[in-house]
Amino acid sequence: MSDVRSASLETKPKKAGELNFVHLLLEGRAFFALIVIIAIFSFLSANYFSVPNFLIMTSQVAIFGLLAIGMLLVILSGGIDLSVGSTLALCGVFAGFLMQGIELEALGVILYLPVWAVFILTLCMGALVGILNGVLVAYFKVPAFVATLGTLYVARGVALLMTNGLTFNNLSGDPSFSNTGFEWLGFNRLWGVPISIFVLTAVAVSVHLLLTRTPFGRWLYSTGGNANAAELSGVPVKKVQIWVYVLSGVCAAIAGVVLSSQLTSAGPTAGTTYELTAIAAVVVGGASLMGGRGTVRGTLLGAFVIVFLGAGLVITGVSSYWQTVFTGAVIVLAVMLNSIQYGNKGKSG
Amino acid sequence: MGTDTLDDVPQAKPDVAEVVLAARHVAKSFGAVQALKGVNFDVHRGQVTTLFGENGAGKSTLMKVLSGVHLPTEGELILDGKPVVITSTVAARELGISIIHQELSLAPNMNVRDNIFMGREIMGSFGVDYAEQERQTRALMRDLEEDIDPLTLVEDLRLGQQQIVEIARALSVNSRILIMDEPTSALSATEVEVLFKVIHDLKARGVSIVYISHHLEEALTITDHAVVLRDGIMTAYGPRAEIDLEWIVRNMVGDNFDLGSPPENVLGAPALQLESLCVAMASGAGNAVDHLDLTVSAGEVVCIYGLMGAGRTEMMECVAGRLAPSSGNILLHGQDVSKLTISQRIAAGLVLVPEDRQRDGLVQTMSVGRNLSLASIGNFTKSLFTNTNDEDAIIDRSIKEVTVKAEGPDAPIGSLSGGNQQKVVIGKMLATKPSVILLDEPSRGIDIGAKGEVFRILADRANNGMAVVYTTSEVTECLAIAHRVIVMRRGRIAAEFTQDITKEAIMAASGESLAA
Repeated sequence: MSDVRSASLETKPKKAGELNFVHLLLEGRAFFALIVIIAIFSFLSANYFSVPNFLIMTSQVAIFGLLAIGMLLVILSGGIDLSVGSTLALCGVFAGFLMQGIELEALGVILYLPVWAVFILTLCMGALVGILNGVLVAYFKVPAFVATLGTLYVARGVALLMTNGLTFNNLSGDPSFSNTGFEWLGFNRLWGVPISIFVLTAVAVSVHLLLTRTPFGRWLYSTGGNANAAELSGVPVKKVQIWVYVLSGVCAAIAGVVLSSQLTSAGPTAGTTYELTAIAAVVVGGASLMGGRGTVRGTLLGAFVIVFLGAGLVITGVSSYWQTVFTGAVIVLAVMLNSIQYGNKGKSG
Repeated sequence: MGTDTLDDVPQAKPDVAEVVLAARHVAKSFGAVQALKGVNFDVHRGQVTTLFGENGAGKSTLMKVLSGVHLPTEGELILDGKPVVITSTVAARELGISIIHQELSLAPNMNVRDNIFMGREIMGSFGVDYAEQERQTRALMRDLEEDIDPLTLVEDLRLGQQQIVEIARALSVNSRILIMDEPTSALSATEVEVLFKVIHDLKARGVSIVYISHHLEEALTITDHAVVLRDGIMTAYGPRAEIDLEWIVRNMVGDNFDLGSPPENVLGAPALQLESLCVAMASGAGNAVDHLDLTVSAGEVVCIYGLMGAGRTEMMECVAGRLAPSSGNILLHGQDVSKLTISQRIAAGLVLVPEDRQRDGLVQTMSVGRNLSLASIGNFTKSLFTNTNDEDAIIDRSIKEVTVKAEGPDAPIGSLSGGNQQKVVIGKMLATKPSVILLDEPSRGIDIGAKGEVFRILADRANNGMAVVYTTSEVTECLAIAHRVIVMRRGRIAAEFTQDITKEAIMAASGESLAA
């Protein structure tokens, strides 16, 4: 054994330069893709490379980024959450519903909650959808794809029922009920930067810390890597599975509130197919759909790549049909690169 | 290395009458790693040639070269006196060379018949001729004396039976040269006997067999020629008449080897007590563990010997908390733990090293270090966050304690040899500072050097007061470090030995007849 090892050490430096470059390119592919996208569209359109445009695009990233971070947690556990788009709509509508005031017939009063209370209740709604998903997957052993596909329909249906298919257009509240300020999230800026970007940053940093610095993060990576081994090592696998769906639901709820705040309206059809964009962002960011591999940084880059590509195509006047084609091509390319990166590590000798 | 037979290097031109397939100066490199460094290897016509060597000695690489998975970097293969280049497994199969891999390559969701004819279905006038396939499958199973219905799903078969199906598939393509990589690792003694009978029949039909096994004694009973590899070099070879177990082991590891002896310590208070423990079979019919009573004291090493299906694994998994007992008590230092979760039992000091390290032991996506620290995350968590320094300290200590050979804690777990992976699984559980450790087949698929180290680690821990329970299906391992040997049979304790333990007595009690 010893001579094999020393031989490998001797010959390593020769190849290191070239290997490292390929390795770096593969590892940072989402980052390089983003740079290439920005460079190309900045060249094609003068309007693309400007601070206002970047801020607009980034506040779009916020919605997908929030969904994608929740999705990342679920995908790391080896599952998938197809319900996030519907949860986003349901939570948006639920927030809109609360803003209209809750009529308590028994007391004969209409209760207007302050905006912070509306936010908290909306997040609870997202968590509730997540608990449903989590319990179905962890305890009833329903495959994640099917369980969350069911929730996708149920949540969308409930959202439509709540509004009878209509949209809440008045979310601004009334100063006399002291429940104004719903648009703050979507419209206000801090030092010229939209609040939604701060929300995304806060969530991303928290989840990053959760994944890298806490026992939960370790539990999650091991559950996704090999649930059997994790369980025998004392990891509470079922709790982990439930928590990731809860966190994904909460992320969808935050995204729902941010989106309806940006639009100053809450519609039951918002966020249709957003779950697919979120999955795409996670995959483009280098996470493995088999679970156990992926980072917040990668996922965020993935969200940036998809949004910046789409916005660039719009700005340069490319047909929206082509946008769909390009986005699809990017996703397939990303998955191909993922399997190159993980393919040779997957099987052990 | 000082071997007597090595001077007699195989002739440059193999004797065509005697040797069907020969490798000459075969070398194979993977990047900078040289797995084979110029090996000469003869496959004797109509005989069994066994390849011995530790993990990482190059056995698998050599087999992959012979079966067309890898092309050699240097050297040539000579089939029936003519040089051949085998570019793929399909090409190898057409030349009559088949390989049965160590890891089963069956589709569990399909039945036996469809697995055997997978990829080369017999076509009739109306699509696949299932009747003919079924007839041939039945004939194969009859030859193998195995009562498996061709329409049974593979996932419903025991591991041993699945291995038989794998062998049947290789036989069904009429191979002239059959390479068997650890074919008996999952077989019971009776199934091994059947396999050996099949090998004899195959020899009579002129089939040449290349056999690889970690089970040295077993391999010696079947082989006609032995070749020993070490570090990619052939260290010795010889016909059966000139060799013995000691010769093989000496050439494999380089010096005399023993698996240790029981630690001479004073046993303490009872650490683990099983009272009338019952575990239901997975199929629901009957008990896999049947009213089992067992007491293990602190500092004691207990070996549980039994055939496949004797209930060893079920008992271990029940004690560790993976399976629920149908009745009975599990006491840890006098406290009933049978209602606790796995993590609570780990915290209480009761841990299990599972049988199948790929399936239940390792997280393949994580590094060596992360795997080692997985079970003891609580020990390096302060308030909410994990502490990197504390974790590194735990990982470093574990790597030293169980002597893991890795490029460092960040190396991917898949880059380690089987023996080192097993040490990682053991080290992971030892890092939780348990008072009782259960190990289900700790030596499965690891080489004799690693085996010795594993037993040394365990004996050392027992000396410090840990109760150690391990299962094995190799009698030699019972005689190694155990104070007490328990023989299990059909979920019950069939016999118990504390002194004057002999292989014959253990095997007789397990219901196994001595094959040789």
